[in-house]
Amino acid sequence: MSFKRKDLLGLASLSQEEMALILEASEPFKEVSGREIKKVPALRGKTVINLFFEPSTRTRTSFELAAKRLSADVVNFSPSSSSVVKGETLLDTARNIEFMQADILVLRHSSAGAAEILARNSRLSVINAGDGWHEHPTQALSDLLTIQEKKGQVRDLHVAIVGDLAHSRVARSNIYALTKMGANVRVVGPPTMIPLHLHRLGVTVYHDFDEAISGVDVVLMLRLQLERQGRSLFPSIREYARLYGLTSERLQRAAKDVLVMHPGPVNRGVEIAHDVVDGSAAVILEQVANGVAVRMGLMYLLSQRN
Amino acid sequence: MANDTKILITGGHVIDPGQWNGVADVLIEGGKISAVEPNLQQKFQKVKALKIIDAKGLLVCPGFVDLHVHFREPGFEYKETIATGSAAAVAGGFTSVCCMPNTHPVNDSRSITEFIFAQAAAAGKARVFPIGAITKGSKGEELAEIGELVDAGCVAVSDDGVPVMNSLVMRRAMEYASAFHLPVIDHCEDSMLSRGGSMHEGAVSTELGIPGIPKAAEEVMVARNIALAELTGARLHLPHVSTLGSVRMVREAKARGIPVTAEACPHHFSLTDEAVRSYDANAKMNPPLRTDEDVQAVREGLRDNAIDIVATDHAPHAVQEKQLEFDAAPFGIIGLETAFPLTLNLVEEGILSLEQAIAKLTREPAQVFGLPYGTLVPGVAADVTLIDPNATWVVDTARLHSLSRNTPFAGWTMKGKVVKTIVGGTVVYDRDETS
Repeated sequence: MSFKRKDLLGLASLSQEEMALILEASEPFKEVSGREIKKVPALRGKTVINLFFEPSTRTRTSFELAAKRLSADVVNFSPSSSSVVKGETLLDTARNIEFMQADILVLRHSSAGAAEILARNSRLSVINAGDGWHEHPTQALSDLLTIQEKKGQVRDLHVAIVGDLAHSRVARSNIYALTKMGANVRVVGPPTMIPLHLHRLGVTVYHDFDEAISGVDVVLMLRLQLERQGRSLFPSIREYARLYGLTSERLQRAAKDVLVMHPGPVNRGVEIAHDVVDGSAAVILEQVANGVAVRMGLMYLLSQRN
Repeated sequence: MANDTKILITGGHVIDPGQWNGVADVLIEGGKISAVEPNLQQKFQKVKALKIIDAKGLLVCPGFVDLHVHFREPGFEYKETIATGSAAAVAGGFTSVCCMPNTHPVNDSRSITEFIFAQAAAAGKARVFPIGAITKGSKGEELAEIGELVDAGCVAVSDDGVPVMNSLVMRRAMEYASAFHLPVIDHCEDSMLSRGGSMHEGAVSTELGIPGIPKAAEEVMVARNIALAELTGARLHLPHVSTLGSVRMVREAKARGIPVTAEACPHHFSLTDEAVRSYDANAKMNPPLRTDEDVQAVREGLRDNAIDIVATDHAPHAVQEKQLEFDAAPFGIIGLETAFPLTLNLVEEGILSLEQAIAKLTREPAQVFGLPYGTLVPGVAADVTLIDPNATWVVDTARLHSLSRNTPFAGWTMKGKVVKTIVGGTVVYDRDETS
């Protein structure tokens, strides 16, 4: 089976087989990143554009490293240095990039659906690097790869996703990824942060973290956007940390060999305690390493299509 | 628009709600309806200068009346002008339209009202009736000079697009307007509850990650406005009712004798929030497309007359604005040229009788604003719409008369086509001449 899509916009529309294929293609690239000469010629002569309308250091760097290790030429666009500030529409920007004969466009945008609108109107291969609250598929795929490596398989695992589900693209992509791969997914957060009808995505909703964490194999903590304080989503960071922060005491309720995950950047002492971040259950840095591998695997598959 | 030509419309199925429903001829003299009777043709065989329009197989109705359009002039002429908007109106069978005041500047003065009348007269298509602002600049703070707006010809007041959030200001507006027996319209939306939202808040918005507008944002304001109408006795008109809860409240208010009327838009009884899945901003309007439960409730409201009328909320926006990211694109869709076939669908589905459907586009809206149109009673202005109820056509945005193209119905096959539109005895739209 080969990957037939032009773009990767989200995991909602991907099959289990397609996700497995991306993970399979990614694994060999982990070895590349461990070499002294961290480069393969897979994308030599191809051009990858990172078009980031939202500030992001780690995701952009991860995509940039992935493309460079595949020998692609990489250009970074960010709104402050592109024509966007002059009022150009997203589609016009994309058309310009297309006619510069770029091959892959990596898009980070604050609007849900931005990657889909762009992909529909362009011949470029578009990778969604996060669109509003919608999806962040490469993050979820690297999380999937991490779980698979540590646990052997994802099927039948109990996974808790904790925090602000309403405003999280990481959460949505992970829900699609995990449920399609056969995991049992619980979501935990205050009702103000659980969007309407979330259970329809095949998850069980909890508001009590102690109850939800019982016996789980994986705890996936979401980053609390501290700027959301003052919008009546939670009364204080102090109370949020008390109710939904992951402490080592709480972690003892989970399965013995539980994995602690976090997409980063971590707010130490807020959603996750200092000692848990650095503890033996945490695989947060493995997620980062796998992020580069997954992005390499994905770009390799997309370039094979042409 | 009055003229001396005599026109005889022969052999059509005349539906003048409450007056006539059957085959008849319609005689127009001096720009007015002079008779609706069967076999008029025989009586007039010898009359010279009689223009005969053969309407065999067609529906002959009063010209449609739309209480809710946005014609964007002055200020946003790149979206629509009064001329292009009225061309779209008559192409859709509408002979009278009421335009909302959210232009730039806002229609809160005699001079803007008079400008709109002048532009409409120059266009020479539909009758255009301005709706004045409730508050100066539609800022929701101080009352506009409502007396002067009425004197200039405004048929209602509204701060449409912007809800009047301050309940005291709304109370005073209702009290004040009641002196003129003037309908007060409020875009029912609690802007704190809806803040940041771009679509209906529900299962689909959760999946798409688009910030939602809950039903409650509309319903709390419907409840407030009904309470204020009860308090003040003012004539309240509720635009674009979109939720089950709103329909229920209007029905209950009417049962208690509160002077409230309500409208529904074709998109709210034809589409659900599923239409947003492709992130196409042509499915973005406010209030947003709701769920199936709401669509059914709006249809039921139309059936049992909890909802009095169909109105389009025709809201043109330029192509480049609707190509933006979903949350960045403006709210609103055009509706004048698709309203009739979408309403006819409710007849096909057995929800409305044909006469009831026509009434909700003619007599009922005219009565809501007290306009002397929407009927074919002898003596009234000869505003007549001829329709081929069986003609099917595909919505091709390149062939619409509106200056804008923002419709979610592009590519849809529609049944029911306006053939001719007559305003004051003059044919202002003829399908066979424009296609």
